[in-house]
Amino acid sequence: MSGLIAFTVLGLVTGAGYAVAASGLVLTYSTSRVFNVAHGAIGMVMAFLCWELTVQRGLPGWLAVLLVVGVAAPLLGAFAERVMMRHLAGAPEGTTLVVTVGLLIMLIGAAQAIWPATARPVEPFFGQRGFRVGSAFVTYHDLVMVAAALVVAAGLYSLLSRTRIGAAMRASVDNRELLRLYGARTSLVSALSWAIGAALAALAGILLTPVVGLSYFDLTLLVISAYAAAVVGRLRSLPWTFVGALLLGLAQSYAVGYLPPTEALSGLRAAIPALFLFAALLLSPQATLRVGQIKGIAGVPVPPARRALVSGVLLVGAAAAASFALPAAQNDQLALGFVYGIVMLSLVPLTGYGGFVSLTQLTFVGIGAVTVARLGTASPLGLLAAAAVAALVGALVALPALRLRGLYLALSTLAFGLLMDKLVFQSSLAFGFNGSLSVPRLAGLRGERAYVMVCAAAFVVVGLGVLALRRSGYGRILLAMRDSPAGCATLGLNMRWTRVRLFALSAGIAGFAGGLLGGLRQTVAATDFQLMGSLPLLLLAVVAGVTSVSGAALGGMALMLLPVLASAFPALGGLVYLLVGVASVGLGRDPNGVVSHLFKLGRRREHWRPAPARRPPSSASTEATRVSSAEAEQSSTENNSGAEHSGTPALPLRGAGVNR
Amino acid sequence: MKPILELVGVTAGYGRIEVLHGVDLALPRGAVMALLGPNGAGKSTLLKVASGQIRATAGHVHVGGAHVNGASPDALARAGLCTIPEGRSVFPNLTVRDNLRLSTYAGARAADVYGTAFDRFPRLAERANQLAGSLSGGEQQMLAMARALATNPAVLLVDELSMGLAPLVVRELYEVVAGLAADGVSVLVVEQFADAALAVADRAAVLVHGRVVATGGPDEIADELANLYLGSVT
Ligand SMILES: Nc1ncnc2c1ncn2[C@@H]1O[C@H](COP(=O)(O)OP(=O)(O)OP(=O)(O)O)[C@@H](O)[C@H]1O
Ligand SMILES: [Mg+2]
Repeated sequence: MSGLIAFTVLGLVTGAGYAVAASGLVLTYSTSRVFNVAHGAIGMVMAFLCWELTVQRGLPGWLAVLLVVGVAAPLLGAFAERVMMRHLAGAPEGTTLVVTVGLLIMLIGAAQAIWPATARPVEPFFGQRGFRVGSAFVTYHDLVMVAAALVVAAGLYSLLSRTRIGAAMRASVDNRELLRLYGARTSLVSALSWAIGAALAALAGILLTPVVGLSYFDLTLLVISAYAAAVVGRLRSLPWTFVGALLLGLAQSYAVGYLPPTEALSGLRAAIPALFLFAALLLSPQATLRVGQIKGIAGVPVPPARRALVSGVLLVGAAAAASFALPAAQNDQLALGFVYGIVMLSLVPLTGYGGFVSLTQLTFVGIGAVTVARLGTASPLGLLAAAAVAALVGALVALPALRLRGLYLALSTLAFGLLMDKLVFQSSLAFGFNGSLSVPRLAGLRGERAYVMVCAAAFVVVGLGVLALRRSGYGRILLAMRDSPAGCATLGLNMRWTRVRLFALSAGIAGFAGGLLGGLRQTVAATDFQLMGSLPLLLLAVVAGVTSVSGAALGGMALMLLPVLASAFPALGGLVYLLVGVASVGLGRDPNGVVSHLFKLGRRREHWRPAPARRPPSSASTEATRVSSAEAEQSSTENNSGAEHSGTPALPLRGAGVNR
Repeated sequence: MKPILELVGVTAGYGRIEVLHGVDLALPRGAVMALLGPNGAGKSTLLKVASGQIRATAGHVHVGGAHVNGASPDALARAGLCTIPEGRSVFPNLTVRDNLRLSTYAGARAADVYGTAFDRFPRLAERANQLAGSLSGGEQQMLAMARALATNPAVLLVDELSMGLAPLVVRELYEVVAGLAADGVSVLVVEQFADAALAVADRAAVLVHGRVVATGGPDEIADELANLYLGSVT
């Protein structure tokens, strides 16, 4: 009985921390329609900053918290809104999601650069002091946590329902353009909501640090708990979000208290937020079908079959030449680039054609690697088996998630990835706890060079297959489904079956890549396939161009090179991540990615368009023309984004009526 | 006296598509002007240019004598230019009262806004705490017009006030327009169907294929309208 009270108190306290984080997430989402995957990362960076200010700089705790939550975090939030989100109004959910993934990676990179990894014990506020409630001991830190949640709840409620800016925040979701016609400075409204959201993330991060420890990934992944709570509130309702947060806190606490402490169940305990998220997603009612949208939709170009074939042959030739030019050690890197390229190809049908965002593609790669390792054969059939097993799992994931769409679907892939991380990959079925497996290379292959050729050829074959898919009727159905699900439903297309096949196909390609990766590495471990690794993968795929095979090639090489660059030039490490993050901002302008920009660059010069009249003639250089035509390509909403700062014109309008 | 709203040689469009090819239009102070034209002529686009939602690629937009080509829509709104765009221009997920509260961004006091709106449209007072999305089409348009009434603008731009509404409601809404005009507000109404607008207008212009092809008194335009529309087909 005494245990029950203690665990209940603990659960409620943790839940209060989750509630603070989740309410910030709900606020930003419901006012800007951008789901901030980086919410946890903001909290993480701010917790580190708070540690820096108190432990390193010797500031008193209350002052540090005030500075971080009241100044630094809101500035970061408003800055992120200004730089990253400004051009994303009306962009498809997948694009905005990927841009926030870019922010997450940037923040983790920044934190690792500023605060190198060492142990940093963090004391709770007021140390271990506290008081007894019956048989349970409540520290003052716990009390602060609960009080913070209550204050946040009351503050947000009165902000949103009692103030004009709160009403404007809610209105900007309905119709941002209209809100501007009402005279509201919409940029200020969304910057404010991001500032508050970031402040809440910081507060939650700081409060929960004594519980989870000051760690880059644990604090960032804390956001999963916030997602779970936010989904209970349908990303809209703050009261239900609080209920969800408390339930999750209790579930976790009781799991710690009452599940027998065996090894298998320890994974289950860590997976509770993910399970909770999965359940909340599946149980929550779904949004109605979206009708077509024009803005931000990428036309998907297809090269003619012959040109694709020639390019493929050239690529294999180039790989052969490069493998002879490079020393053996670099050959493995080259092969790795092609393998990553195949993983990115698995995203082309799924994300590029279908518009579904998978946050956990590396998990399927892991499944493929486990399959070849467990089979232990050196026959090429092992690769096919890897693809088949991964495809099966992919279909199984797609089945329960059939009802989910857009953001909810992306979140369910996140939950799935986390479950695989915590439950399956750690189990004896796969790698075992902290274990690794060895994988034989394909039979009959001598040396690194041959493996490079195999990987390059595999990339080309899969790439040609993906292009063939795009040309087929199935490819057209996918694009139609992406552009207007409602339209497809009225045409009587069976979208469920199409979707299951698509997920299976994508997972199968990733599993195939996993088989190749296993052979390349020869030993694989669970840490190679963690959820956190999937995020840079997705980001680079989309930044390089997720709608084209050439984009996949570029993205694969970039993903292989990034860690190489970061380790060769440690000073540049953070910069590389910054670059990727900045590139992701460009996605709002062109969802086809960098590759499409490269292609377009040549074309733009041919289609020379006169610069708008207001530009001074001196700036009509090629560069300026490109910029202005890029501007002109955007639709009306974006045309104004630059004008938002122009302030009130000196209008002698008021009282200008005739007989007033 | 200078017109309160003037477009000189304005071209504008969406990306590569040019919709307005050099529009000249002047709305005199205190006038009610009806802007007519067939589907796709560019009437809504013209209103978007005038309200700052789209930037003109060439030409000049003057409001109250000031050059406002680069001004943002919110700045124009705060300066006294009230725009009621096509479709229902209310926030469906906000209550009627919250919708009205947002009107105060254009510079009116909240109490005045509620007072004016509920006096003129008692049906809105009954539904003050209901979501605007659950109002009938006519009531939503009343709510939109209540903003024009309560914020006391210098210029009112209205797009397709009558879209999908019963004639009785249309008449009531146009009475509000006439009342505003009597108070000295200059009004530009865009209409597909000429009669209701021409009844309250004292000027009219016809836009065809992105150009103003005729301006004049409402009676002249009413007589010529069939010709102008038909001429647009060839
Ligand atoms: N967002 C947009 N992007 C591209 N073209 C557009 C867009 N909006 C309108 N157009 C085009 O601009 C032209 C003029 O449209 P506009 O809405 O101004 O016409 P309108 O005169 O208001 O017609 P209606 O009477 O049907 O409302 C049309 O040919 C339309 O196809
Ligand atoms: Mg129109």
